[in-house]
Amino acid sequence: MDLFELFIESLGTLTLNKTRTGLAILGIVIGIGSVIALVSLGQASQQAIESRIESLGSNLLTIQPGSIRQGGVVGAAGGRTSLSLDDAKAIASSPQITTIDKVSPEFSRRAQVTTGGSNTNTQIIGVTVVYSEVHKVNMSSGSFISQRDVDIMNKVAVVGPQVVSDLYGDGANPIGQNIRIEGQTLRIIGITEAKGGTGFQNQDDVIYVPLTTAQKQLFGVNYLGSIALEAKSAEVMSNAQNEVGYFLLNRHKLTDPTQADFSIFSQQDILNTVTSTTGTFTTLLAGIAAISLLVGGIGIMNIMLVTVTERTREIGLRKALGAKKKIITTQFLLESIILTFTGGIVGVGLGVFASYVISRLTSSPFVVSLSSILLAFMVSAGIGIVFGWYPAQKAAGLQPIEALRYE
Amino acid sequence: MNNKPIIQTKHLCKIYKTDVVETIALSDVSFQINRGEFVAIMGPSGSGKSTLMHILGALDLPTSGEYLLDGEIVNKLKDEELADIRNKKIGFVFQAYNLLPRTTAMKNVMLPMRYAGVVYEERQEKARKFLELVGLGDRLEHTSNQLSGGQQQRVAIARALVMNPTILLADEPTGNIASVQAEEVMSLFQKLNEEGHTVVMITHEQDIAAHAKRIIHVKDGTIIGDDINHKQKKVIASKK
Repeated sequence: MDLFELFIESLGTLTLNKTRTGLAILGIVIGIGSVIALVSLGQASQQAIESRIESLGSNLLTIQPGSIRQGGVVGAAGGRTSLSLDDAKAIASSPQITTIDKVSPEFSRRAQVTTGGSNTNTQIIGVTVVYSEVHKVNMSSGSFISQRDVDIMNKVAVVGPQVVSDLYGDGANPIGQNIRIEGQTLRIIGITEAKGGTGFQNQDDVIYVPLTTAQKQLFGVNYLGSIALEAKSAEVMSNAQNEVGYFLLNRHKLTDPTQADFSIFSQQDILNTVTSTTGTFTTLLAGIAAISLLVGGIGIMNIMLVTVTERTREIGLRKALGAKKKIITTQFLLESIILTFTGGIVGVGLGVFASYVISRLTSSPFVVSLSSILLAFMVSAGIGIVFGWYPAQKAAGLQPIEALRYE
Repeated sequence: MNNKPIIQTKHLCKIYKTDVVETIALSDVSFQINRGEFVAIMGPSGSGKSTLMHILGALDLPTSGEYLLDGEIVNKLKDEELADIRNKKIGFVFQAYNLLPRTTAMKNVMLPMRYAGVVYEERQEKARKFLELVGLGDRLEHTSNQLSGGQQQRVAIARALVMNPTILLADEPTGNIASVQAEEVMSLFQKLNEEGHTVVMITHEQDIAAHAKRIIHVKDGTIIGDDINHKQKKVIASKK
């Protein structure tokens, strides 16, 4: 008896009980759909975060005060006082250091900002003119902090578009207006271009002020929050890390690298940490989805077992009429494969559609990996075959008369 | 008439074992049936006649003893070979008809031919022919639940005959149907027997057994009587 005829017969049997067939398929649809949707959600957010970090520059090194373990989390930077503006100047001017192009000393702290009637709480970053080059800050209007502003401790500020809309409303042009930070009045001289983004640090929700102004006039400190370094190329990153490390150890009169009162990490280090974090997140999502896929599979097995039990007499009759064991097994296996494949195809469609909707709603990239589709589909096919094989085998192994007498 | 034995049993025994009890359903049953016979096996319920029928139909295997069907030792066959025997040599008619539910008469009759690998056109042609033979030429596309008990049993008989089996076995074929229809079924069996089919039938009704040419009485798992029925009740003449 050929397979095609068995296939047609199985289809016929499945359409006899549409509700049950539909529910069995639904279990697989939801299982596969959620695996694909959740995995693509995880991958999309991972890509978004990675591309944002990469846009900051791939040859960026950051020196943080205080020592941290490799790969660990940066502590409260404001509490560490081991980096000074002189350190930054020394790195910039030292003939020993050949791999570093630009040095950007920075100090940042959150503060309350007020103007006229409104106020906001935002990140104040004390910068030098180099900052805009190292961190790729572009202006939408006005100008960035100049060397002169830093030299004369000018009370000026460059604001991000988020700050503008928080303080003045969308689309306002507040250049020339005054804002008050920590009791000081600063004049706005520029607005940065929107970088977009949510994530950890919204780069649109910041106020840049001259480094010296931030240190002396606003916060009364003489140390730095961090120093950003731009290496000459991505290839010399690890050299640069070593050069600057030993140079600073010398300057701080330390001999043992484990005693260092600062730490240097590259953009790549941050990227690795973030990637592994979002990777864990994606795995977690996939794990949750996989559970629903498994539950869907057990649903199919359950239905196949019920079907076999319910049709034991029919199986007995078929055997009495001369059906071989192989035919009975094939028939029931086909039924469960049809169930899981239908569920698989619909589930893939639903999952891809859901991913698309999510990516549109969250304006994140639309990523559907072929591997997650293949994996989900193979799992469902596997479920169909394994979970269908057992009841089918059970049915086909019965003596005809036992099956016929089954009540 | 050819008197070569078509069924031969030698010292058949069947013992059912559960954890606590051992039930002897058949003990030392030996007999033979020749080609062209119409035999009724009679006995009260629990006599072992159904067990005997299931062994004859290759639906069950004896615990010991030998069963030869058309010269083949059935109880030594493998699973696949048994399936072939059931498919090609035995036509079985059940008390409860056992038609596939929600399936047309045609498809039910075509089923054994499907398992035999007969091509579709031939299957259709034969199924129609045998359904016409049992008087259901106008009910080809009716599903099982649209047919009366007697009609369902006639579909089952068409299904049993369609592979042109060596023997036709019927397990209480009239047990579930009204007596008028029972007469129709019996006349059909007689007609088939006249045409040369070997028919073996189980019944506990004297009236039904009277249609056979030979009656075997079974009690407590053994044969207690085996007689030629000299007063065979003929119903063929009364058929419209």
